[in-house]
Amino acid sequence: MTNSPFTPGIAPARLDAQTLSANFDDLHPPLDGHEALVAADRCYFCHDAPCITACPTSIDIPLFIRQIATGTPEAAAKTIFDQNILGGMCARVCPTETLCEEACVRETAEGKPVEIGRLQRYATDTLMAAGVHPYARAEPTGKRVAVVGAGPAGLACAHRLAMHGHDVALYDAKEKGGGLNEYGIAYYKAVGGFAEAEVDWLLKIGGITLHTGKALGRDITLEGLKAEHDAVFLGMGLAGVNALRAEGEGRAGVLDAVGFISDLRQAGDLAKLPVGRNVVVIGGGMTAIDAAVQSKLLGAENVTVLYRRSREAMPASRYEQDLAASKGVRFIFNAMPVAVLGNGSVTALRAEYTRSEGRSLTGTGETFDIPADQVLKAIGQTLEGAPEGIEITGGKIAVTGAGRTSLPGVWAGGDCAAGGEDLTVTAVAEGRDAAEDIHASLIG
Amino acid sequence: MADLSTDFLGIKSPNPFWLASAPPTDKAYNVERAFKAGWGGVVWKTLGEAGPPIVNVNGPRYGAIWGADRRLLGLNNIELITDRPLEVNLREIKQVKRDWPDRAMIVSLMVPCEEEAWKAILPHVEDTGADGIELNFGCPHGMSERGMGAAVGQVPEYIEMVTRWCKQNTRMPVIVKLTPNITDIRYPARAAKRGGADAVSLINTISSITSVNLDDFSPEPMIDGKGTHGGYCGPAVKPIALNMVAEIARDPETQGLPISGIGGVTTWRDAAEFLSLGAGTVQVCTAAMTYGFKIVEEMKSGLSQYLDEKGMALSDLVGRAVPNVTDWQYLNLNYVTKARIDQDACISCGRCFAACEDTSHQAISMSEDRVFEVKDDECVACNLCVNVCPVEGCITMERLEAGTMDERTGKPVEPVYANWTTHPNNPGAVKAAE
Repeated sequence: MTNSPFTPGIAPARLDAQTLSANFDDLHPPLDGHEALVAADRCYFCHDAPCITACPTSIDIPLFIRQIATGTPEAAAKTIFDQNILGGMCARVCPTETLCEEACVRETAEGKPVEIGRLQRYATDTLMAAGVHPYARAEPTGKRVAVVGAGPAGLACAHRLAMHGHDVALYDAKEKGGGLNEYGIAYYKAVGGFAEAEVDWLLKIGGITLHTGKALGRDITLEGLKAEHDAVFLGMGLAGVNALRAEGEGRAGVLDAVGFISDLRQAGDLAKLPVGRNVVVIGGGMTAIDAAVQSKLLGAENVTVLYRRSREAMPASRYEQDLAASKGVRFIFNAMPVAVLGNGSVTALRAEYTRSEGRSLTGTGETFDIPADQVLKAIGQTLEGAPEGIEITGGKIAVTGAGRTSLPGVWAGGDCAAGGEDLTVTAVAEGRDAAEDIHASLIG
Repeated sequence: MADLSTDFLGIKSPNPFWLASAPPTDKAYNVERAFKAGWGGVVWKTLGEAGPPIVNVNGPRYGAIWGADRRLLGLNNIELITDRPLEVNLREIKQVKRDWPDRAMIVSLMVPCEEEAWKAILPHVEDTGADGIELNFGCPHGMSERGMGAAVGQVPEYIEMVTRWCKQNTRMPVIVKLTPNITDIRYPARAAKRGGADAVSLINTISSITSVNLDDFSPEPMIDGKGTHGGYCGPAVKPIALNMVAEIARDPETQGLPISGIGGVTTWRDAAEFLSLGAGTVQVCTAAMTYGFKIVEEMKSGLSQYLDEKGMALSDLVGRAVPNVTDWQYLNLNYVTKARIDQDACISCGRCFAACEDTSHQAISMSEDRVFEVKDDECVACNLCVNVCPVEGCITMERLEAGTMDERTGKPVEPVYANWTTHPNNPGAVKAAE
């Protein structure tokens, strides 16, 4: 180890390999068999359970937990996958504290919900570890569907279409499938190459051909896809990144948090990843939290999250905020960046306190400088490469019903489509529902 | 601190908590540890006649059922009476009684159904200085096939006969332990009393198969692919035991016959319930086998606190609930209650709704935002919602005052006691003289 958290500038290997490995291990280790039984025993098997309502994919949670409790985790996994084919990833990355576990009646009763996320992982891991794929395809329909984007929405859509007997051509701009599961999730939330393994497992259904390195607008076009397929589903996510619009944004050391997270996920050796001594992350969503926490875990001495609104307004949940705080991340609320200072490379970020009046935000005039070797921008992603002629609303593809766009024969879902929260689980629900709608229109 | 000392048939013990005849009382080592832990007395594990020792199976002896979090709810066993030589047991009983004179020492016995066999063993037991004997007419497995245990306990005439032999051949108090594997517990109890028993103890274990191994298709516990019924005990059997104790306590023929209550006593509360139904002492086994001897500390502190809070002596508690045990036909049909849901305590799980809607009287409504309310015009006060609610005290039964309209029947609640014996729908109702 040549560097330490106190090494100035941006440097790799601030921590030894053992510490790095421990830092980036499973955030929530899997339940073992005994732990799963104890956790499952706490479920009350509620009538018309609030957790099901809270789940964007409406997984029958009490049923799968009862199946775990009675010694059939494989059946539990089937219950989960019936609704959410990416139930394995969702078990790891869902903000359960704002979804099923928030709705759990034991949260109401004792402030300690049933550990639904970890139980879901126990069930799905059990089935996936057996290497079996529990679904078979229906008789071939002879219909062909193009799915653009092999992220959560595209994968869910492709799988459901394949189940119904359609042939699916699945395109993705990146070198691997998985989308944000592969490139955008914090390292410690999906360890051990899980995202890649999950894609491989999902494709075992058959009937899906994955074409990587194919970006819409660059290598393929909507017109071309429409010509060769009976329907098209767009699930390419948000490839663009918002600009900071602050003076000095072009200085060395200013990065997109999305790219930073992606590099981390794809790094073979974490010790080779450079990170600043003083890191400032700008933004208030999950990307900001993931970038900040991972900077700290890589060995940055000081990591600050700067968010322009109040703690209560922050999109990242209180649970995520507390996780970051527990790792030593500092939060500054009600402040916005005004300039990136430095000579060539960034040395500090100048910020200004804000005052909010309703939805509008104004600077108070009071500024302060935060030392920074590295500034990570996590202020939202934007739609890139939307096909011409498709209706856009609020910067995303407009949809009605189960993902129908303004163009006939073209559906959309996931982050690139308007409506719904930008969550893995929401994308899965949208991809699945669009697939059912496509199926109905192709067969009907 | 309430005084828990007990005088049962003249046998004194510092508290009413005795260990039942079972593995925990099979040797001096265990019994001394139990006395050190604070148990008031023991019934030494059943001795058989002199001769070659009893043989037990060499595979599993116990089967179990569990509740949530693997809490042991019921245990069954296929162990036989003591498999140690008679003289060893007798020597150890004598030594322990000498070292612990303030504790109750009862010796459980099971010998063949012949007077000579009983005549032979009784002097040896007397010689140990033990305080009394308990006749094991209960074990449902193994020994019963040899004409002992439950084979005797299921025939009232045998109970009476053997009890009489013992009373004629010893000065020690005789407790007759009853098997629940009969149709009406009052018959064996009456037989014991006729034979001169000083007390009865109950219940012994219940014939049972706890589970079936779904891979080997063998009952558990499994011995080389086969299983046999065992004796069931533990928390799950308490309701059966309480009823049988109460039946004896209120039967005119056995009223006043001292009872040592057995069957699923796990906490001080269980013990207090047995005492209130007429038991003078309680015997514990499964709880000790599950948690160890230390549980007696909670039993003593809990019972003591309860008595203090009630301002009662232990003797006031014994039998206190017996007058309130009655037959169905005497229950007051003008006692009308309705379920009440405490909305502040409700966690909206909906179990009351599912239970009532699917399996009972459709008397609970559910709103879109998961508020559950009782429909008084449908509620028959069955209590199922109370029983399935996971929050204690959230749903309660409230009595409708006399004169209030019962919305279900459309009639005001009558102010007077009225039972089935006088109900107009009862063909055998006794009409008041006109």
